Order: sequence, then C-alpha cells, then structure tokens
Amino acid sequence: MTGLVLVLTVFLACAVEAVEALTIVLAAGTSRNWRSALQGTAAAVAALAVTVAALGPAIGLIPFQALRLVIGALLLVFGLQWLRKAILRASGYKALHDEADAYAKEVASASAAAGGGRGVVSDWYAFTLSFKGVFLEGLEVAFIVVTFGNNQGSVPLAVLGAVVAVVAVIGVGLAVRAPLARVPENSMKFAVGIMLTAFGTFWSAEGAGVEWPGADAALLVLIPAIAVLGLGTAVLMRRTKTAGAGAPAVADPASAAPTAPSPTAKGSLS
Amino acid sequence: MKWIRSFALFWYDFVVGDDWRVAAGVAVALGATAGLVHGAGVNAWWLLPVAVVALLGLSLRRAVAAAR
Repeated sequence: MTGLVLVLTVFLACAVEAVEALTIVLAAGTSRNWRSALQGTAAAVAALAVTVAALGPAIGLIPFQALRLVIGALLLVFGLQWLRKAILRASGYKALHDEADAYAKEVASASAAAGGGRGVVSDWYAFTLSFKGVFLEGLEVAFIVVTFGNNQGSVPLAVLGAVVAVVAVIGVGLAVRAPLARVPENSMKFAVGIMLTAFGTFWSAEGAGVEWPGADAALLVLIPAIAVLGLGTAVLMRRTKTAGAGAPAVADPASAAPTAPSPTAKGSLS
Repeated sequence: MKWIRSFALFWYDFVVGDDWRVAAGVAVALGATAGLVHGAGVNAWWLLPVAVVALLGLSLRRAVAAAR
C-alpha cells in the first residue's frame, strides 16, 4: 500500500468520526456549559493518546505474521460492519446519518438533563457527554491508526492523516459554529468500509499463510472489486425495495448510493 | 461485577458489532484458509474473498428480513 492510500484511508475514517464527535461537543457546549464540554473533550483526547501510546508499542511486539492475521481479521470484521451499514443506508433500509438531526436530538436531551458539578467540573453532564462522544468516536480511529500504521511500518504517516482530519474538522467547525451537516458523511463511510474490508481481507489472508497472486498488486483488484460489490448491492437492494414497497423508507435514499465514491476514488465504512 | 459486565459488553459491541455471525464467519474462513495452506499445501487466496461476499450477502439478507 502506498503512503498516500494509507493517509487517505486514515484521513477519511478520522474525519467521519471527528464530525460526529464535533456534533456532540457542540451540543454539550451550546446547550449546557462550554467550559465543562471542553474539559470533557480534553480528557477524552488525553485518554485516547494514552491508549495509542500503550497499544502502539504493544502491537509492535507481536510477530509480523500473527500481527497481520489478528489485525487483518479485526479490520475485516470492522470493515464488513461499516460496509453493511453503508449499504443498508444507501438502499433505504436504514436512515441516512444526519448531523443536523443528531445535533437537535443531543441538544434536546442535554437541555432536559439535571445540572450539578463535581470538583473542577461545573457541569458534570456536559463533561461526560463530551468525554464519551470524543472517546468512543475516537477509539475506532485510534485502532485504525495503530493497526494500519504498524502493518505498513508507517505509524507517523497514519498519525499525520488523523491529525490533518481532526484539525480540518475543528477548523471548519469553529468557522461555521454549527454541526457539519454538509459533509458527505454517508459516502465517506461507504469509502472507509470498502478500504477496511479490502485491507482486512488482504492482511488477514497473508497472516493465515496465503501468497496473493501479484503480491501487493492484488489490492488493486480487491479494492475495486469490493467497491463494485458494495455499490452494486446497494443499487440492487434499493431497486428491490422501491419495487416491493412502492416508495423508499428514508427521505432521500437516492442521494446516498450515487454519491458514494467510485472504486478509483478510494475506500470506506458503515 | 456490573462494571466488568459493562466493560465486556462495550468491547463485544465495539469488536463484533450488530451481527456476531459475520465475526464468527470471518474466524471460520480464516481457520479454513490456514488449514488449507498449512495442512493441505493449497494456496487458498480465493477463499477469504468468497467468504466476504457470502458473509456480507447473508448479513444483509438478515437485516432486510428483520426490517420487513
């Protein structure tokens, strides 16, 4: 895998999760208490940094063949989860992820929750809401950064992709001061699902002892093949659903699959 | 005890996700691949891609059936 593909995959995965985390922090900050929301965010970022710092060297100690088998298998399971959800969303069987709607729901529940602080945190609800949002959204990205980086021997490149994505999302978030509803999140998730599934398949099979025809060049077949499988399945399922029910289940399902990235545009998720 | 259960459930959900059969299928397919490679000397590179197509298709079929 080239460094560019590594950076782009991590960038896409990280950007998607960062957009979702931003929505939660914005909801906690605007409806509750900005100071506590930012404290929760900082605590979550610190916890994620400790997780990556602990996981990175530990993973580096695993023999390379075993690393590819275990990490590849986990990436493949993750990838299939992302791809499955992306196909269900694109075909209308699952509602498209909508940041504006997610923000409204978070604000409503945050506004209704009881107040109260603990220690230096003046609003415990805002703190925990931000902490959980950032930590949970970031954990999968931390895993992708560590595994992709270690498998390719390019942890700094993977970290670069993640940092660029977070900085970009925070920058845009500060500029617009609103949930990033116009980010093509569902398409990005589709792309990440394709990439995780392709790399997970490649690495785990290698870890099991397989020698791929064409070695690394096999990825150039696997990635487009999985993209065609995912997009083709989504189109087929949407047609079947529309023909069977007369109308799609979501507001605008047609906007999902056609905007999903092409195989050549590179990878994605659920 | 409750904390340990929550911790275990979190990691189960994080790793396995919505459909445990997909994770189990991946494990079985990888075991079969390793068995063919190391036991029978067959370079079974084709097995995992076939398994991916089958597992994804079956999982989507279950999801669609559940939605109806």
